[in-house]
Amino acid sequence: MFEPNKYETVVGLEVHVELHTKSKIFCGCSTSFGAPPNSHTCPVCLGHPGVLPVLNRQALEFAMKAAMALNCQIADVSKFDRKNYFYPDSPKAYQISQFDKPVGEHGWIDIEVNGRTKRIGITRLHLEEDAGKLTHIDGGFGSLVDFNRVGTPLVEIVSEPDIRSPEEAKAYLEKLKAIMLYCDVSDVKMEEGSLRCDANISIRPYDQEQFGTRAELKNMNSFRGVQRGLEYEEMRQADILDSGGKVVQETRRWDETQGKTFTMRSKEEAHDYRYFPDPDLVQIHIDDEWKARVRASIPELPDARKARYTAEFGLPSYDAEVITASKKLADFFEESLQYTKDAKSVSNWIMGDLLGYLNAGGLELEDIKLTGQGLGEMIGLMEKGTISSKIAKTVFKEMLETGKRPQQIVEEQGLVQISDEGAIAEVVDRIVSANPQSVEDFKAGKEKAIGFLVGQVMKETKGKANPALVNKLLLARLNQ
Amino acid sequence: MSITRTDVEHVANLARLELSEQEKEQFEGQLNAILKYAEKLNELQTDDVEPTTHVLPVYNVMRDDAIRESVSNETALRNAPEDEDGQFKVPAVLE
Repeated sequence: MFEPNKYETVVGLEVHVELHTKSKIFCGCSTSFGAPPNSHTCPVCLGHPGVLPVLNRQALEFAMKAAMALNCQIADVSKFDRKNYFYPDSPKAYQISQFDKPVGEHGWIDIEVNGRTKRIGITRLHLEEDAGKLTHIDGGFGSLVDFNRVGTPLVEIVSEPDIRSPEEAKAYLEKLKAIMLYCDVSDVKMEEGSLRCDANISIRPYDQEQFGTRAELKNMNSFRGVQRGLEYEEMRQADILDSGGKVVQETRRWDETQGKTFTMRSKEEAHDYRYFPDPDLVQIHIDDEWKARVRASIPELPDARKARYTAEFGLPSYDAEVITASKKLADFFEESLQYTKDAKSVSNWIMGDLLGYLNAGGLELEDIKLTGQGLGEMIGLMEKGTISSKIAKTVFKEMLETGKRPQQIVEEQGLVQISDEGAIAEVVDRIVSANPQSVEDFKAGKEKAIGFLVGQVMKETKGKANPALVNKLLLARLNQ
Repeated sequence: MSITRTDVEHVANLARLELSEQEKEQFEGQLNAILKYAEKLNELQTDDVEPTTHVLPVYNVMRDDAIRESVSNETALRNAPEDEDGQFKVPAVLE
């Protein structure tokens, strides 16, 4: 068993993020996803002899932007190196990467776990090219290689070993994803492989100063998978230490279905990458003017937005965190506020009905027709008393499905709230006469009986009666 | 610095080369001779010299992010020793 009081967990994460440039990092082939195999290749990305790679300026600027958003120092001089290894997903037998002069270093991000903010250091962010895709066939005796993905620009983001629990690891990934989305440098979809994560994890007794022996985890396909994989490793390593054994330094593969990790390779066969400067690519000199220009393209980031939402609109910290985790959702929230001043109401509709609907259907905001304007206008109609909160639920559902403006839905379906006292009084009279038992219960002190009578009036008016008026008139009638 | 038999075997393994005992001996001698020759450079005082990564006084050579036509699948596969379903076919490499 892993006992959190006995051992401290130490985690460092290596995250690869695909940059969504149109063309590859060193050639003009398209980076689009899902094309037929080996249809987006050329002599450069296939690694033919005598070709000359040329850096995609946009890829470098995306990397600078991402590094800045992670509070990194940006290099004045950066360069590319060859990382040498043999594997069929790499046609050149080396990957163009960065060794000692990465684009960014010494960064950090703040994460929040259990209401507490913690700073996680970022060692470095460097730019490199992605590898091809292997499919194993013939019962494991052969492999097919698709080189379309080779040369897609990637940034590798390496954290300091500051993460102390699987939960913190997940929070770190979520924050990283949010920042990348705000910067608009990547789609950051773990399912499509545009974000990939490897984790180094070790545990140590609390009184031990040096880190324990670590295992490197691979093959996690979701943030939840990363958390579960790390939780499993904590247990596995604690069991070894508890029984007097030693953790072996090795690479382990997470198996999602079995919920376990398995040995892939031990460190004795460790790669010796023999990095050296790539002679085909010249150095990059980044002056202050260039840095300032890229920095100016970074929008307000999630932390700043969250702070503004709690201070300016009085949203609870949790709600502000959820809404700002996605730039699209935060933009939706702010669009709504152009049509109503009631930020809390907007937030409540988003946190409850909207996210509930999206989660239930596995949908994204862009999959539905509802707009921020629609929600804002609907809340405006509630403020004016045109519709009740009950009717608003109906209008909201209709907007989700059709994207119609709330005013139009209300008019088409005759959903305008009945605020005519005479008309409501008439219904109240009818309901009271028809339910003598409830009236008697109420008069005998059963306060709850009024709820039933209100319900009957609402039913009779198809939910359109103004609830406040119904209450008022019903009470007046019963106390006569 | 001198090259041992173990170094030769390590480098050969990294390069996926299979060497006979005779070749190992031959390369051990040759590599040591080359390194010894290059050692002469150590006599130079280089403390204040930046490591050279490129001999040309050129930097920031970049291209715009524009798509250019790729080669056809057939052309891409022309040098493939084996192919199947539009893909390069290789012996299984499982880790």
